[in-house]
Amino acid sequence: MALFILRRLLQSLFVLLAVSVVVFFAVYAVGDPIELLVSPEVGQAERQALIARLGLDLPIWQQYGHFLWNALHGDLGNSFVHGMPAVELIVQRIPATFELVVVAITLTCIIGIPLGLVAGLYRDAPLGRGIMATSVLGFSLPNFWQGMVFILLFAVWLGWLPASGRGPTVDVLGVPFSIFTAEGWRHVAMPAVNLAIANIALVLRLTATGVVEARSQDYVKFARAKGVKPGRIVRRHILRNILIPVVTVIGMEFGSLIAYSTITETVFSWPGMGKLLIDSVYQLDRPVVVAYVMLVTLIFVVINLIVDILYAVLDPRVQLLEPAH
Amino acid sequence: MADPNQTKRVPTRGPMLETPRRNAILKKLNARPTVRGSAIALAVLMLFVLIAPYFAPQNPYDLMALNIMDGRLAPGAESMEGGRYWLGTDSQGRDMLSAILYGLRISLLVGLSAVVLSTLIGSFLGLLAAFKGGWIDTAIMRLVDFILGFPTILVALVLLAVMGRGVDKVVIALVVVQWAHYARIMRGRALQERRKEYIEAAQNLGFPAWRIMLFHLMPNCLSPVMVFATIQIATAIVLEATLSFLGVGVPVTEPSLGLLIASGFEYLLSGDYWISMFPGIALLLLILSINIIGDRMRASLDPR
Amino acid sequence: MSQDKTLLDVRGLRTAFHTEAGAWPAVDGVDFTVRRGEIVGLVGESGSGKSVTGFSLIGLIDPPGEVVAGEVIFDGVDLCKQTEEQLRKLRGDRIAMIFQDPLMTLNPVLKVGEQMREAIFTHYPKTTRKQADARCVEALEMVGIPSAATRLDNYPHEFSGGMRQRVAIAIAMLNQPELIIADEPTTALDVTIQGQILYQMQKLCRAHDTALIWITHDLGVVAELADRVAVMYAGRIVETGTVDEVLSAPRHPYTRGLLDSMPSTAEPGQRLHQIDGMAPTLAGREIGCAFRPRCPNAIARCAEVPPENTVEGERSYRCYVPLVQELV
Repeated sequence: MALFILRRLLQSLFVLLAVSVVVFFAVYAVGDPIELLVSPEVGQAERQALIARLGLDLPIWQQYGHFLWNALHGDLGNSFVHGMPAVELIVQRIPATFELVVVAITLTCIIGIPLGLVAGLYRDAPLGRGIMATSVLGFSLPNFWQGMVFILLFAVWLGWLPASGRGPTVDVLGVPFSIFTAEGWRHVAMPAVNLAIANIALVLRLTATGVVEARSQDYVKFARAKGVKPGRIVRRHILRNILIPVVTVIGMEFGSLIAYSTITETVFSWPGMGKLLIDSVYQLDRPVVVAYVMLVTLIFVVINLIVDILYAVLDPRVQLLEPAH
Repeated sequence: MADPNQTKRVPTRGPMLETPRRNAILKKLNARPTVRGSAIALAVLMLFVLIAPYFAPQNPYDLMALNIMDGRLAPGAESMEGGRYWLGTDSQGRDMLSAILYGLRISLLVGLSAVVLSTLIGSFLGLLAAFKGGWIDTAIMRLVDFILGFPTILVALVLLAVMGRGVDKVVIALVVVQWAHYARIMRGRALQERRKEYIEAAQNLGFPAWRIMLFHLMPNCLSPVMVFATIQIATAIVLEATLSFLGVGVPVTEPSLGLLIASGFEYLLSGDYWISMFPGIALLLLILSINIIGDRMRASLDPR
Repeated sequence: MSQDKTLLDVRGLRTAFHTEAGAWPAVDGVDFTVRRGEIVGLVGESGSGKSVTGFSLIGLIDPPGEVVAGEVIFDGVDLCKQTEEQLRKLRGDRIAMIFQDPLMTLNPVLKVGEQMREAIFTHYPKTTRKQADARCVEALEMVGIPSAATRLDNYPHEFSGGMRQRVAIAIAMLNQPELIIADEPTTALDVTIQGQILYQMQKLCRAHDTALIWITHDLGVVAELADRVAVMYAGRIVETGTVDEVLSAPRHPYTRGLLDSMPSTAEPGQRLHQIDGMAPTLAGREIGCAFRPRCPNAIARCAEVPPENTVEGERSYRCYVPLVQELV
């Protein structure tokens, strides 16, 4: 197990390094780096000073070296717009995004998996067909427009839910969360559902095809030959086998949801990382964009590692070390 | 000794035609949708979208034809000249119906170009990786894994943040994120096909490697790529719409459906829903059609 | 309750597979009987319908297959007329089945112990966990698996192929069934293991008076193991009888062909005998006797009407020109 983790850690570090190179050269080498990094508002003398201090007059590989050195110390530059360190700015917004993503994933599990199970077990009945057909709608709807439809329906026409913003927060372990307040739930409901729908459709279809495939396996037939009750066959034999790929997909989707939250946060003005990114792109606040990419890559790499370990734990056939015999 | 009459055609027994549960069982053996039917449906759909703007009552890009006094009119309202704005107007006085018809075409064109280019580049690289093997294979596949490890929206967003706006830049961004899928699919299939005898035969006949790759190997690896490409057209269209909505996609001079929807967002809260809703429905119908066709195509190739 | 010792009486069993064109009968009118404690070998090559026969007996044929006609009378009750729930109660309790490939029949993500215990709990829910475990350990020891108690906590992939099949046999024996249907259980194993398992099964069946239907393509296995044999070709049973009788004086030319092509009957240095031609596919069976194109003795009548079953005491065969000489 330890060897496995070590190997994966090394791979992850490599990926981080590769991304840092790509991001660095994208931002600093494409186009005029001075324009990209120095806020256009400063005067001529200040520009020169800033250029010297940022080392923009140095050769490119030295600049990369500085960049990497600073990055390892957690310094990815200061935001033009807000004046504070970019990393700090993003970290402030992380709880809001995570909140959204966690609620969305919970919805995915409690809606997607059971519906998928039903769709798979009753594949030829109208119920199963109906569920599968509806799921196509789930990933055909453009996410941002779907959010607007929700706003139109529930905020403008029905007036039940607020159209934007995050609810009042409560500090848990020093981190502000809004899901611990009733009003917070009113705010998080629509964005979370918006984020979750495409995911629910995906997990639903995955579960359904998994069930159909599991059913035709020999071990199901053997269980029937033993006289095992159908309910138990579904619960212990089929479910256990499909849970493995479903869990890994959900794990991978976690990272994807963080990315797609940019859209949902923009539509619902949810103060998370994603909205910060969009705002920064608009305002040409490049250090924040760079910092966002690096941080998100880090998160991704960590998630992939966790998912791999989880997979190995769930599936006893996976050998983490060399085979024992 | 075997029967000397064996060589004559002896009649065989036919199947049973009546059994207790035949009807119930046959219902489950549905007729499979054909690939050809799906491809035709797709072609018809695309043709329809491409010529639709010729039927638009107004050219939404012609600033002379717009009347700002007609701005933000509800669907069905009458225009100053006496015609009807069936789907209302936006803040500039543009007829929504016309804007949607033009927008559909742009959305489809961007999506199509992105997919065509991705397919070409991705398939070629995948083919190369499978055929040449060795370090070329490793290098290409590492790159593929790398790109596919990140969510497409993020990569496209950052690319466009660096490149700026423009239809061509959007297509470039889409191609950069999508080619990797095709490379992987093509390589997987090509690796299987490469072992087959007809490739060995071609090699023995002395055909140059590039010729074998393009004329012998590739045609047999096309089907999984085709199915994927069809579904990806919808994905590309949604991606473009999303990017445009977020403000980094196509420029205001050539509004795609995403941009139209974005322009209507601010009026949503005051109840002027039509500026965002109708383009959205048009986009949804386009995507839904492509997804359904793609789904049928995939089902027809699935042995189960 | 039957008076004589007949446990299973199969009459006119027909199982077909549906396509758009129609239903092709894989099992085309099969009759045989099995007595209590008797070991019957069902022999046939691939495509003869023998495995389908086995599954049809306990209603495990799924669409597009369908049991179209016939009766399967088990201890006086026609299984073909039972509901799925009634059949479920019999399976694993009074009639058990062993499949061909032990790797696929055990669920890879569940421990072996759980898969064994569920066979007990589903029929005897009042059994305690301790009692169930004890029975499982006993069964595993019976099939010759060492340190059985710890093995219960292992996963299927931690057993070798031969051991897995023994586990499957143990599961089959758990509830002391009256009949075991074994579908080519040793085909996927190597020859030495095969011998051990054969010996084990014979011992167990004799000890518990369990009837056994052993489905195989290997006549040699049947010779060692079984009391009676039924030879199957193209969906029909072409010959039955006791092992001694059939193997020493086969009536049907196909049986003779099978015997001749066994490596053990060949003279060293001589070419192995083969039956000319190939077995017909499901859709390619002829109107008359299905063996006709490969038969050295065929007459005109063989192409017109399939032969009826001729019964000679304990034996039966379907042939217009049966062989009558004894083999040396």
